[in-house]
Amino acid sequence: MTGRLTPAVRMGLSIAAAVGVYGISFGALSAAAGLSVWQTSALSLLMFTGGSQFAFIAVIAGGGTGAAAWAAASLLGVRNGVYGMQLKALLRPSRRVIPLMAHLTIDESMATASAQDDHDERVRGFWAGGVGVFVMWNTFTLIGALAGNAIGDPGRWGLDGAAVAAFLGLLWPRLKGRDPIAIAVIAAVATIAMVPTVEPGIPVLIAAAVTALAWLIRRRRGRGAA
Amino acid sequence: MSLWSWVLLAAGMAFLTKLAGYLLPQSWLDRPIVADLAGALTVGLLASLTVLNTVGKGQALALDSRLLALGAGALALWLKAPYLVVVLVGALAAAAGRAVGLP
Repeated sequence: MTGRLTPAVRMGLSIAAAVGVYGISFGALSAAAGLSVWQTSALSLLMFTGGSQFAFIAVIAGGGTGAAAWAAASLLGVRNGVYGMQLKALLRPSRRVIPLMAHLTIDESMATASAQDDHDERVRGFWAGGVGVFVMWNTFTLIGALAGNAIGDPGRWGLDGAAVAAFLGLLWPRLKGRDPIAIAVIAAVATIAMVPTVEPGIPVLIAAAVTALAWLIRRRRGRGAA
Repeated sequence: MSLWSWVLLAAGMAFLTKLAGYLLPQSWLDRPIVADLAGALTVGLLASLTVLNTVGKGQALALDSRLLALGAGALALWLKAPYLVVVLVGALAAAAGRAVGLP
């Protein structure tokens, strides 16, 4: 599969190394949100999509219900379905490997595969990024969860600040052009307006609904697809 | 339902969403509109979660050291720092705020 250190493999593995350490902050914040070490590791092993995992624990940490956490994580995971569709067209995988490929379909494996120029390198990039991130993410999630249980008050260590920066870091590269910035502002305002009004966890879902509505209005005006 | 049930249900939903991309007929998904809506939803959700983590405190708004983390994180991103550095800078800014007595 990925015997040699081709450029695609090297790119996948270096992304994996960077992501691994960020797994520590997920593990520690999940512990601070009140999830056990096993629940935290189950999220990284079975859900395996960082943004959705952070969304899940953010809702729980804010006092939201499990159902609201489920909904926020699931909505944020929709983009992975789009990646799956693009990777299927790009890599033309056999049916046998599709379930495994689906599990490894995340921002990083998609980015590594689509950055390559020829078919074999795309395949190598996908597997190097996917498997590499899986190993590092899970190892460091566990370390972070164990450390998070040991250090006590997460506020003193600024772990709540790490979560703020982590979400901003995921959002930042997507703010290219006027439409994404407008959508981000609308969603942010909706969230601030809703936090004092409705139960914890629900503001994120209302922001998602408002986003979809704003997107629809933009489309109706004939320039949304841009 | 217990927290464990929601952890497993959310994990199952994440996998099914990924799998759907590979298994649903190409004609269903192979439209710019699907990718476009998914992109918009991702931006909206990430913006909402950023704000929620910055000023949300249960069912109230609170202005505290997390605002320093937001500012420091934005500065690091603007300077094109790697993701890990951005996260660490956010943690340091909030910890520094608390160390000097801010809420």
